[in-house]
Amino acid sequence: MDFEYSDEQRLLRESVARFITDRYDFEGRLRAMQAPEGWSRDAWSDMADLGLLGLPFSEEDGGFGGGGVETMIVMEELGRGLVLEPYLSTVVLAGGAIRHAASAGQKQARIPRIAAGELLMALAHQEPGGLRHGPDAGSSAERRSDGWVLTGRKIAVLHGATAEEFVVSARTNAGLSLFLVSASAPGVRVIPQRGYDGIPVAEVVLDEVATGNESLLGEDGGGAAVLERVFEEANAALTAEAVGIMADTLDVTVDYLKTRQQFGVPIGSFQALQHRCVDMLIQVEQSRSMAILAALSLSQPPAQRCLNIAAAKVQIGRGGRFVGQQAVQLHGAIGITAEYKVGHAFKRLTAIDALFGDADHHLDQLVAAGGIPPGNRGSN
Amino acid sequence: MNLDFTDEELAFRDEVRAFLAQSLPDDLRRKMIDRRHLEKDDIVRWQRILNARGWATPNWPVEHGGQPWSPAQRYIFQEEMALAHAPEGSPFNVNMIGPIIAKFGTDAQKARFLARIANIDDWWCQGFSEPGAGSDLASLKTRADRDGDEYVINGQKIWTTQAQHADWMFALVRTDSSGRKQQGITFLLIDMNTPGITVRPIETIDGGHDANEVFFDDVRVPVENRIGEEGRGWDYAKHLLGNERSGIARIGLSKERLAQLRRLEVELSADGRLTAGERDRLRRKLAEVEVELRALELTQLRVVAADAGEGGAGAAASILKIKGTELQQRMTELAIELAGPAGLAMPEEEESGAALEDGWIAAAAPFYFSMRKVSIFGGSNEIQKNIIAKAQLGL
Ligand SMILES: Cc1cc2nc3c(=O)[nH]c(=O)nc-3n(C[C@H](O)[C@H](O)[C@H](O)COP(=O)(O)OP(=O)(O)OC[C@H]3O[C@@H](n4cnc5c(N)ncnc54)[C@H](O)[C@@H]3O)c2cc1C
Repeated sequence: MDFEYSDEQRLLRESVARFITDRYDFEGRLRAMQAPEGWSRDAWSDMADLGLLGLPFSEEDGGFGGGGVETMIVMEELGRGLVLEPYLSTVVLAGGAIRHAASAGQKQARIPRIAAGELLMALAHQEPGGLRHGPDAGSSAERRSDGWVLTGRKIAVLHGATAEEFVVSARTNAGLSLFLVSASAPGVRVIPQRGYDGIPVAEVVLDEVATGNESLLGEDGGGAAVLERVFEEANAALTAEAVGIMADTLDVTVDYLKTRQQFGVPIGSFQALQHRCVDMLIQVEQSRSMAILAALSLSQPPAQRCLNIAAAKVQIGRGGRFVGQQAVQLHGAIGITAEYKVGHAFKRLTAIDALFGDADHHLDQLVAAGGIPPGNRGSN
Repeated sequence: MNLDFTDEELAFRDEVRAFLAQSLPDDLRRKMIDRRHLEKDDIVRWQRILNARGWATPNWPVEHGGQPWSPAQRYIFQEEMALAHAPEGSPFNVNMIGPIIAKFGTDAQKARFLARIANIDDWWCQGFSEPGAGSDLASLKTRADRDGDEYVINGQKIWTTQAQHADWMFALVRTDSSGRKQQGITFLLIDMNTPGITVRPIETIDGGHDANEVFFDDVRVPVENRIGEEGRGWDYAKHLLGNERSGIARIGLSKERLAQLRRLEVELSADGRLTAGERDRLRRKLAEVEVELRALELTQLRVVAADAGEGGAGAAASILKIKGTELQQRMTELAIELAGPAGLAMPEEEESGAALEDGWIAAAAPFYFSMRKVSIFGGSNEIQKNIIAKAQLGL
């Protein structure tokens, strides 16, 4: 058993942490959020320079060969900064689909550009009117002699408005499949929206979009398996992001309680509030443990991987809600102002629970499986 | 013991129901159901309809336009309003400043203000909180210095809800700093058009702009706009904060929300948007909320009954505030859970008609975020617990 980072992992953590403290302060984040695109291209190229955008891709594909722990380290620090940039959408989601399903040619055309910060992508899977989460979709892809014709409507596409290319899920005769669709292809309509957590989302309408044979990503009918894998990685990443947000939010709250004076004393001297902060700390530590479990599970066999990550998502769903709500409450009115970091953290934690299956959804997975499997917990 | 309403009370309920069915404009009802933002005009319009019926200010003394209703009737009225999706009136006008002027105002103040308050000819805001004075309200610092027959105000208020619409503010100001901090506070009525007042909006996490900072720079207020005596403002303020008692738990609103969640459960299940497991769990969660809500409803009725018998229920109001706000917040949690990722997109200021069908999805997140405030204002829930521990448990 070993909970230590390697030297390389420690360096990675320090460099991302420095990027957040030096170049990603909260005021800058607010400005980026209010800019038309809702995030900062400068920060994105900083992240490319730091090597973060190529991190999870293998070295032969043009990446840095990072594993679950490396992604955990990055996501936790990005969480502390409440980073708005399309890391999840481009690197983890679309990038994950490419890692797991793309042909050599498809990888070559994309991974080096992603790593360099030149290519933005998004996963267009969620649809209106269906279940809140699942690997199925109602959009259709019809076989033509020279390719495919895609029709459907996608919502909650993270960073959809700035994506150059989408990974789209759609049903073929063989079942759910994934396609690479250019945002500028005729018939693609992208409607940008503001997400409540500051991350831009989009609705993507596909109206008989004709794509070539090379647009199929992975096997015809193999989309669900790829998506399951990608969602697991995304949930492990979100778990780590939530830990960063929760830890930072607790720090901010405790600092505030030490400085805010009411009744002639710092409000942190009231035991009712001290105990609440301790309860928050317990949630932070429990969540950190589950983020480690989730990260290390990524290299485990499917059954174990999936249930460990489900358990982690339950913990951060519940723990994140508690920490977010209490941080707002303990701040009083200042906690609900848009100019203050805590409210944004609360909203991001809310969104993290909602994405790729909320705590209840993942509890159902555990119930159906009869619990978390014992045995090998995983290593990196 | 008897938990049923009397025949007279039931007749009264039918009368209220009939009035609401006939008089509540459809567009307002729709907005309420979709949890959309009510404009100032919406609130004014509804208040005037109520006022024409004599029901805008039922909690006021009868001679100033109130109703001689029993506590049970007041309860019925509030509940029916909520179940019919009627907007609540301006709390600042109806529950706060009106009763204060009626009780402590001069005849001239009553004549000048009361009818206009009831009809919202003047829109009022509440200038109590300051950057350094929240839970510890009595430490407020905004100064009022006497200069002839005027006070000169300097200082700052914060979190002033809807100050941007307000014609008048009722404010607590400091006229004396020598004694205990509760002494030396004076209650003033301030015309928001007076030179020297600056209102700056504060954006909140639900995307709203209803909170404000209000700055006072040598603002001159005639002494005739003082309520009661100089230095006794704290007494009047305590009276004002206590006035909210009977409505503070907002049980009618929570019942209406629970009913809406029930309807949603049925619709979403029918459309295949919930798995069987999700549906069962949602039903269970709704049942749990319902149990708590039913208990709180009866607790509130017991408080109302004790009030009528002058039994005194000081700490009970705090119990109602805590549990009532927790349930209001719980309801918004259930809605945002149901919305899922579809709820990420924030509604645009002007929604298209097409958005309305699933309006509850777009409204779920802003409403959830907005309702965090209810455990903070009106005396935070921590402060309420301090009150109960001291007043009821003697700790
Ligand atoms: C949406 C909104 C609208 C508002 N509208 C108005 C308005 O129109 N007019 C107006 O005058 N004010 C308004 N307020 C202000 C409101 O009255 C204050 O927010 C409230 O009094 C709490 O003060 P505070 O925000 O400064 O928090 P603080 O008093 O600083 O409290 C911070 C935290 O400390 C806790 N705390 C404080 N003291 C104790 C204690 N002794 N023991 C245990 N815990 C304690 C609180 O519960 C809270 O969790 C509004 C507030 C909100 C959120």
